[in-house]
Amino acid sequence: MKKVITTFAVLTTLLFGVEIMIKGSDTMLNLVQRLGEAFSTVQPDVTVSVTGGGSGVGINAMINREVPVAMASRAMKSKELSQARSNGVNPVEIVIALDGLSVIVNSKNQVSKLTIDQIGAIYRGEITNWNQIGGPNKKIVLYGRQPNSGTFVFFRDEVVKGEYSTSMRQMNGNAQIVEGVKADEGGIGYVGLGYIKDIEGIKPVAIARKPAEEFVSPKDEKALKSGAYPLTRPLFLYTNGKPKGAVRDFITFILGNSGQQIVETEGYLPVTQNYADRNQQILQ
Amino acid sequence: MMKEPPPARRIYRKLFISNIGFLFLAIPLFAFILFIAYMIFYLFSNGINVLSWEFLTKPPVQGMTAGGILPCVIGTVYITLLSLIFSIPIGVLAAIYLAEYAPDNIITRIIRSAIRSLAGIPSIVYGLFGVALLVRGIGIPPSVLASGVTLSLMNLPWIIATAEEATHAIPGSFREGALAVGATKWEAIRHNVLPFAFPGILTGILLALARTMGETAPILFTGVSYYTSGLPQTILHKFMALPYHLFVLATQHDQIMKVRPLAFGTAVVLLILVLTFDAIAFIIRLRIAATNKWQV
Amino acid sequence: MKLRRSVDRGVRILFSANAVLAAAVLVGILLFLLIYGIRAFIPTSAFDPEDPLTHPVKIISFLFGTRWNPDAYGQPRYGIVPLLLGSVITTFIALLLAIPLGIASAIFIAERLKGGVRIAIKMLVELFAGFPSVVIGFFGLILLGPFISRLFGVASGLNILNASLVLAVMSLPTIISVSEDALRVVPYSFREAAYALGASPWTTALKIILPAARSGILAAVLLGFGRAIGETMAVLMVAGNAPIIPRSLFDPVRTITTTIAIELGESTFNSIHFFALFALGFILFLIALGTNLLAESLIKREKRSFTL
Repeated sequence: MKKVITTFAVLTTLLFGVEIMIKGSDTMLNLVQRLGEAFSTVQPDVTVSVTGGGSGVGINAMINREVPVAMASRAMKSKELSQARSNGVNPVEIVIALDGLSVIVNSKNQVSKLTIDQIGAIYRGEITNWNQIGGPNKKIVLYGRQPNSGTFVFFRDEVVKGEYSTSMRQMNGNAQIVEGVKADEGGIGYVGLGYIKDIEGIKPVAIARKPAEEFVSPKDEKALKSGAYPLTRPLFLYTNGKPKGAVRDFITFILGNSGQQIVETEGYLPVTQNYADRNQQILQ
Repeated sequence: MMKEPPPARRIYRKLFISNIGFLFLAIPLFAFILFIAYMIFYLFSNGINVLSWEFLTKPPVQGMTAGGILPCVIGTVYITLLSLIFSIPIGVLAAIYLAEYAPDNIITRIIRSAIRSLAGIPSIVYGLFGVALLVRGIGIPPSVLASGVTLSLMNLPWIIATAEEATHAIPGSFREGALAVGATKWEAIRHNVLPFAFPGILTGILLALARTMGETAPILFTGVSYYTSGLPQTILHKFMALPYHLFVLATQHDQIMKVRPLAFGTAVVLLILVLTFDAIAFIIRLRIAATNKWQV
Repeated sequence: MKLRRSVDRGVRILFSANAVLAAAVLVGILLFLLIYGIRAFIPTSAFDPEDPLTHPVKIISFLFGTRWNPDAYGQPRYGIVPLLLGSVITTFIALLLAIPLGIASAIFIAERLKGGVRIAIKMLVELFAGFPSVVIGFFGLILLGPFISRLFGVASGLNILNASLVLAVMSLPTIISVSEDALRVVPYSFREAAYALGASPWTTALKIILPAARSGILAAVLLGFGRAIGETMAVLMVAGNAPIIPRSLFDPVRTITTTIAIELGESTFNSIHFFALFALGFILFLIALGTNLLAESLIKREKRSFTL
């Protein structure tokens, strides 16, 4: 039965034009949506369809050949890679942008720099009041994402290094976290780079890996590009095998000038030279 | 010993207290109606400025912070129509069976009970069922088709319930008259019952249509997409939908304050669609009550 | 004549098939939820002793566990207690508001309004039952949320209180509608007898009609309960969505429905997490089915009590 339907789907695609289905990271949802929008004005016969669900879901869908492209805000795990191979799928990894995860607090909060360990302790629920780290006497209110978010996973693995406190409010998206911290003087949240641009009411915190090291703010572009900011991460697209046809055109568009400009407008960093070289090798 | 009849004053006072009492009871009802009216007014006053020919006929642009909601309207229309294509025939036929043919035994009672219970099952459960049966089981990809079938499973019980009620309300004398002149049971139903039950059945269908347009949970995992750059070319393609778009603009977009006016606009378009069909159903219902002396 | 008879029989078979098909859907849903839900408790083909995410759930820890944490850093937990509490508490508070308001309104409509006005008001109330839940959730998010935040001085208006208010508003039409039906089923002779004895309409309604209709009213409450506990989108937008055991009215909360909605799209197919969500759905289905069947039998009981 499945075969009948997939054949029908392939036939209709051939008759009606190509649809590129992209599934995965909610962090990248808006970015890839904008890219898809721009691409379809350049190539109108190709329809781009973008759905969220989280990096894990997108990767899984690609492994099961349900979608041609997965978008992920984290790298594929080794388990996922071996699962792919045993399924006859050869995942190809392309970096389309860089993100600096920012930790934000309410602009009325005096605290402006924290170490990774401190942030981790806060999110594990071990530090519960701002006055324990040089801030006002206010309860810390945690804002975060939902478990389906790659950002949730990334932040947990890199910063929290344990379980999130159960009191963390799980918001539906980055924007809601910003709104939450804006309205809450005791709030703290983590959002993608694109969300701290020109926003009033919140401010990003400068972060250091260790108390002895320098504190780097995500607003420092040089530090972002050089990798000095501790929470930078690449944003990936995964395809099954080397991208061909419309998918290849789309990816070439993203890595080209207009695509990378959209990346910057959305608030992310364009692909750095070493990643660009790697991409080129893959696409050859 | 018989009590003296009370003076007229006492009777008037009793009725007065009675009326005051009912006035108290009326307060929550009218407060509720006022609340609905306020909500509709609030949404319309904020959203009506956004509405324009462009808004309805253009797709979203600039990261969905501008442009229109055409793919959402089309998507909603597609899945709702598809769901009704399945559930109207099955539903009306099933309803006629229950109203006219079903014997009064345990099996019929179980069937009726099952259908009535289905009407009260949460919509997210239908979403789960859609994923399990259609997407994973049969292998239909998340698409207009998968969502349409899931929605038809959901609105089938509503249509059956209202259609059965409408058919059942026709008095027995109508059928008996036809049978008396030699018609078969089906002919009696077809000529003497259905034409009169038709307005009631239509009301039920319109109400089901209105409710289906606003449903989000069943389509979340069976085919709705955050964004598609074109309209769904076939029923095996993904789609955008009005209620999901409202949800996205209100909670998941990266500039929710900037797109807030668009969210209002989407809410207003959805409300206009839903309320229009509800209003038509309402008018039909009133006309049934006015012209047919046997319907309550 | 023979043709007409066979058409008649054919039509009868066609019609009955449809009815059976419709009823079969219920069985289908039950079966699928059960089949998929059960698989949360047995090892899947991807079972890996090293990877806790592939370990099947123990039934005891599912039913009585107090942490729901499927994407854990370490051992995932699938305890439904916080979710069940979230569903029950928000529904309970919603009903606390909706029941008195609903019954009061129903009494007014049934006893005081006549003919066209009654039908008009009834339809108005039923219309609202069909309102898109995202719209109500949107309203709760942008208006109720900040209102609660300002009125009570709490940081976030997305909490149990907001969810309960929204659910109260959504279950009210059901309670009003079914209660009104229950009151109307009481034979008019009851009222006539009361008036003949000198009772006012108010006393009659409260002391005679209401108690007579109590089975039907109870059914209305149950159906309102079912409506509230099954609501997804509106609650998703206003409840704060933290899977905790709440300690105050202003804590965020997760319900069974919102957990499924949030996590189904994120769980990888055929993983333990995926199946655990179906197990959740099965529990929700049982609750909804149970309340519906109970409500139905109560309505039948009320109708029967007047036909002696």
